[in-house]
Amino acid sequence: MLRMQMQQEKHMKKQKKYRVLGPMASVFESMKTGSWRLERPKVEFSQCSKCGTCERYCPANVITIHKEKEECVQFIWDYCKGCGICANVCPKDCISMVDERGEE
Amino acid sequence: MFDIKSEAKGLVSHGVSACAGCGLELIIRNVLEILGEDTLIVIPPGCSALFCGYGNETALKIGGFQGNLENTAAYAAGIKAGLEMQGNNHTTVLAFAGDGATLDIGIQSLSGMIERGDKVLYICYDNEAYMNTGIQGSSSTPQGASTTTTPGGKVTPRKDLMQIVIAHRIPYAATASPANLADLKRKVKKAKETDGPAVLHIHTPCPTGWAFHPSKTIKISKAAVDTGAWMLYEYDNGTLKVNYKPKSLKPVGEYFKLQGRFKNISQEEVSIIQENINSRFNELLLGS
Ligand SMILES: Cc1ncc(C[n+]2csc(CCOP(=O)(O)OP(=O)(O)O)c2C)c(N)n1
Ligand code: SF4
Ligand code: SF4
Ligand code: SF4
Ligand SMILES: [Mg+2]
Repeated sequence: MLRMQMQQEKHMKKQKKYRVLGPMASVFESMKTGSWRLERPKVEFSQCSKCGTCERYCPANVITIHKEKEECVQFIWDYCKGCGICANVCPKDCISMVDERGEE
Repeated sequence: MFDIKSEAKGLVSHGVSACAGCGLELIIRNVLEILGEDTLIVIPPGCSALFCGYGNETALKIGGFQGNLENTAAYAAGIKAGLEMQGNNHTTVLAFAGDGATLDIGIQSLSGMIERGDKVLYICYDNEAYMNTGIQGSSSTPQGASTTTTPGGKVTPRKDLMQIVIAHRIPYAATASPANLADLKRKVKKAKETDGPAVLHIHTPCPTGWAFHPSKTIKISKAAVDTGAWMLYEYDNGTLKVNYKPKSLKPVGEYFKLQGRFKNISQEEVSIIQENINSRFNELLLGS
């Protein structure tokens, strides 16, 4: 047992020693995945019940509900991938997916 | 500790290169919302590795690294042991691995972790194939599903992770699904508080690998639960509990027809799978 351990140590002592911070990554970055979008969600605000279902199911977590604002559903366009899940889960059916280039 | 190049509402970056509509992306956000900052994560190669970043960049505001497919559970157990040696009894160590990394390549290391009683929260997000390398079948690919290595549909039923971990007398194990996020989050909390190993097996719809439109991810996870293609239950200190018990399960064909991977399945095979589902569901109801 001890001999086996010493055999290992012999090799380990020969290794070069590096001072490394890591292997952990520590720069928190985001990709601009909004550029993938072919369609974008468009909300009929007057129909929205502010239930928050779309916010809960958005995989990119880019929806925020503002209960006090008229435009009560806000998207972060830099990252919305245009998947359409929000439109699909909305119980009021008030989100439609529109062509990314079709609207201004 | 983190150099924040772009802000995010939670612990996960908004711009991660997971496919549009990816179930895994929704799951990891919900998991980390419950676990919080005092968590270290070990991720093996696979789609989830998109989150632990590349080089010194990461998409998570918690510490962690990418290990190997074979040994996610062993790395996590070692980190936990190291923390305990330092007197740290608060940090959650999370292993977050795919089905290939769990049911095939890393099964020995998971088995060892549970047998030793290491306090690790092990999550298997199950997208039912090796997605990151191009949709090869795994032992968790369901019967009838087409993958690049089972082009005519997989002929054998899937391995049952829950039965494997229960056979180890694990303190806590549960299945979960994005179909019911409240149930999923409750189970994450429970698993975090378990004094010993805990395993969560989470159904993970994958638009790219299962061939469905990205907008249908939630619809498909609900169909899986309604038909019993994915059953929600938990095993807590020896007691089995079924969390979703509809009066009758919907026909499994309703789940299959939403996905391209089951396009060529025969009616005969659907009947066999339906029988398997019915008997497994009854078994669970009797056991609970
Ligand atoms: C031992 C080993 N075999 C093969 C690979 C190549 N490989 C990298 S990721 C991956 C897929 C892993 O599948 P899974 O764990 O199901 O995760 P998913 O990509 O589906 O999210 C494979 C096979 C590897 N890294 N190591
Ligand atoms: S799901 Fe529909 S109704 Fe609910 S907050 Fe979102 S847009 Fe409004
Ligand atoms: S389209 Fe997808 S990514 Fe964009 S806001 Fe809706 S759910 Fe989120
Ligand atoms: S292949 Fe599937 S699991 Fe992987 S990132 Fe794409 S949708 Fe998500
Ligand atoms: Mg997989």
